[in-house]
Amino acid sequence: MRRADILREVAPLLREHLTVCNIGIPSQELHAIDDQPSNFYMLGTMGLASSIGLGLALAQEKTVIVIDGDGSVLTNLGTLPTIANNEAPNFVLMIVDNGSYGSTGDQPTYTGKRTSLAGIAKASGCENVIECEAKDVPEQLAAAVAARRMTILVAKCESGNEKMPVITMDPVAIRDRFMSAVRA
Amino acid sequence: MNLAKKIVDDFVSNDVSFITTVPCKQLASVIDEVENNDSIYHIPANKEDEGIGLCAGAFMGGKRPAIIMQNTAIGVTINTLVTLTQFYRMPLPMLISYRGELGEPVACQVEMAVHTKALLAQLNIPTYHFHRSDDVEEFDRILKYTFMANKPVAILTDATFWGGY
Repeated sequence: MRRADILREVAPLLREHLTVCNIGIPSQELHAIDDQPSNFYMLGTMGLASSIGLGLALAQEKTVIVIDGDGSVLTNLGTLPTIANNEAPNFVLMIVDNGSYGSTGDQPTYTGKRTSLAGIAKASGCENVIECEAKDVPEQLAAAVAARRMTILVAKCESGNEKMPVITMDPVAIRDRFMSAVRA
Repeated sequence: MNLAKKIVDDFVSNDVSFITTVPCKQLASVIDEVENNDSIYHIPANKEDEGIGLCAGAFMGGKRPAIIMQNTAIGVTINTLVTLTQFYRMPLPMLISYRGELGEPVACQVEMAVHTKALLAQLNIPTYHFHRSDDVEEFDRILKYTFMANKPVAILTDATFWGGY
């Protein structure tokens, strides 16, 4: 299974909650699979999906699911100690870990080699860290949301992208639509 | 005048309730005031671009955010300021210690000081420079301006403003 296969599987669950989606192909895939006002698409700023999601979770009570990637978390590793030390029960960080920088041509990341993001998350102080295979993601994600416990879910999957259109929505329109969904 | 208390009182009276900080010796008194204020959620960040991401999320969640950082951070936040805060049109007061100005004991701080205003100008970020302690009187209006304009706004505070090192 690749990232897009996981997104198709979890889309019905994401639709019920606030979703912050990582820059590049992940946002393009989610936008094409199931565009929702409750999706915040990052059009730039690699690495900050988890930070935006944490700020959002701390500021209000609705459940926030962040779709992040291994490469993006590696570029903002400081996020994991911040997450661990600012407990938000409505925050789930799903790291789609395909061991590659998908949006830039599938160059390998270190998580496909010796580095474990689950291990880093645990060492950072995160208490609920789950690493699972792609096929188990829908069940694990649903359980994490239902438990209302801050969870880091590392979803191991194959690398590879689906050809989806670039998002042409205006960023202010994305943000305004999303903020209306937050308030709804 | 207790500058740190005045600044944090102004944050509170302008409904700023989510503040991220990256430490600076010059800003230590403000960071202490933020930490000890019950109406502010204080979230230390490990790097300033991470902090700006946290602020973006808090803003979309309905809170008024702010960041407290050193001017050296301009060097690591340009992409985030441009592609997140400005691109999505979000307000962000940035209370910045202007290291490398008169009284500075560390030569390396001057190297970023000479670029600070030029970089902020290049980014079209409204910039205020607090040099005398009375300049703090404008802080309240700067906060109102920031949330009116929906833009990042920089407040540079130098060593003379803080009364030396």
